[in-house]
Amino acid sequence: MAGLRGRNISVSEASRPVLPRHARLKFDETRQVWVILAPERVLAPDEIAVEVLRLCDGVRSVEAIIDQLAAKYAAPRDAISTDVIAMLQDLADKGFLIEARESTS
Amino acid sequence: MSPTLTDANQVVADPSDGIAALERRGSVAETFGIPLAVLAELTHRCPLQCPYCSNPIELERGAVELTTAEWKKVLSELAEIGVLQIHFSGGEPTARKDLVELVQHATDVGLYSNLITSAVLLTRDKLAALAEAGLSHVQISFQGSEPVVADRVAGFKDAHAKKLDAAKWTRELDLPLTVNAVMHRQNLFQLPDIIQMAVDLDADRLEVANVQYYGWALKNRAALMPTLEQIEATSRIVEDSQVRLKGILAIDYVVPDYYALRPKKCMGGWGRQFFNISPAGKILPCHAAETITGLEFESVRSNHSIAWIWQNSEAFNRYRGTGWMPEPCASCAFKEIDFGGCRCQAFALTGDAGNTDPACALSPLHGQIFKLAEQEASGDNSRFVYRNFAGGTLETGGDHGA
Repeated sequence: MAGLRGRNISVSEASRPVLPRHARLKFDETRQVWVILAPERVLAPDEIAVEVLRLCDGVRSVEAIIDQLAAKYAAPRDAISTDVIAMLQDLADKGFLIEARESTS
Repeated sequence: MSPTLTDANQVVADPSDGIAALERRGSVAETFGIPLAVLAELTHRCPLQCPYCSNPIELERGAVELTTAEWKKVLSELAEIGVLQIHFSGGEPTARKDLVELVQHATDVGLYSNLITSAVLLTRDKLAALAEAGLSHVQISFQGSEPVVADRVAGFKDAHAKKLDAAKWTRELDLPLTVNAVMHRQNLFQLPDIIQMAVDLDADRLEVANVQYYGWALKNRAALMPTLEQIEATSRIVEDSQVRLKGILAIDYVVPDYYALRPKKCMGGWGRQFFNISPAGKILPCHAAETITGLEFESVRSNHSIAWIWQNSEAFNRYRGTGWMPEPCASCAFKEIDFGGCRCQAFALTGDAGNTDPACALSPLHGQIFKLAEQEASGDNSRFVYRNFAGGTLETGGDHGA
């Protein structure tokens, strides 16, 4: 494997993720659902994923997003942290989530 | 309440599966809802002459193409009725002088734009203008891993070198890149190198697409049909590479169905989740549908809306769902898995688009088709009939058709 770059980011609580230009979160008025438009693909995130992704503005850290959700749902922070990071990492592995550039922090 | 995100990212293999994801959510896409993505064949003009071109043998000439204003109206209408993505294709879409304007219009009405291109007409400035206009993804076709094979298949001098340049510019402009490699007997030996080429080009995705035999490819079947040994080796190479390159390059694989046991779920089922628009504005259930004679296809230039044509026209309803099926399809447990396979292939091989696709092991013709493939694959006919507006030109020694 040496020499092959891992092109995708590794998501941690310190990450400040954002959707790249080619992965567009959009409300589909016709079908009344949120979708992510990606190269020749349409993804259907569930409500909570949408809530998380709308907070991924490249400024907020994953840590702050988890704090906000834990407060809102009065749920154990550890469980939310695990779920949120797993979901974001899965999206990152597909190339549909990037780290905000330095200048935005 | 504890938020669960396990089902959050229904990431899907293609737009057709996107429909499936939405269907599970009980959306209007459940019964022939408007497709999520539409293929716009802006023109049949193309500088390449690939012998497996998916365009019909009867190419539509420049003079009958929809005008800029007509395409813009079509794009607006598509967005209005719920289409989310547009694939600008051809022919060669960059042969249209108004491509940047059309991409900008797609962006303005909220459509996500993909460009499906041979790339030989692109310049860096043109690509930058397309990106500026909102283009979100570029798919470039490659005919081989190096110029000797690739330029011969394309019938175009220096095609391969131009494609490599365009792929590099695509990534420099931060656009995601898909490498599309159409595979057949005369280039399958280059597959490992093509996979490496896709990695070196920093592509996100590689489509390894075995030729599907309609139209031009059917004309060239004897020169293109792979051997069974080649297909077995290909499947191994693809599977190994998918594991080895996980997280680096996604590889989609289209098998040649002459050697398959079950037919492909062609277009996700006729008239079920896909349509394309021909250069002159005909709305087609698939890009090969015009090979089926006796079907009338409505145009955007008619008095009907696109949604009406999709929902009500005779051509879309003829093979829609499962009601049209003969035996052995009608009582088959797989009828809603593969929707009877491919209508164009059934027509090409049996003369009746309503027959069972001979790619299916349950078709009475399956054994015959399998044998035919083996015979052609082991034959010594390797000369191409190049695709052009004149109905095709037979390759002569060493001219690369160019």
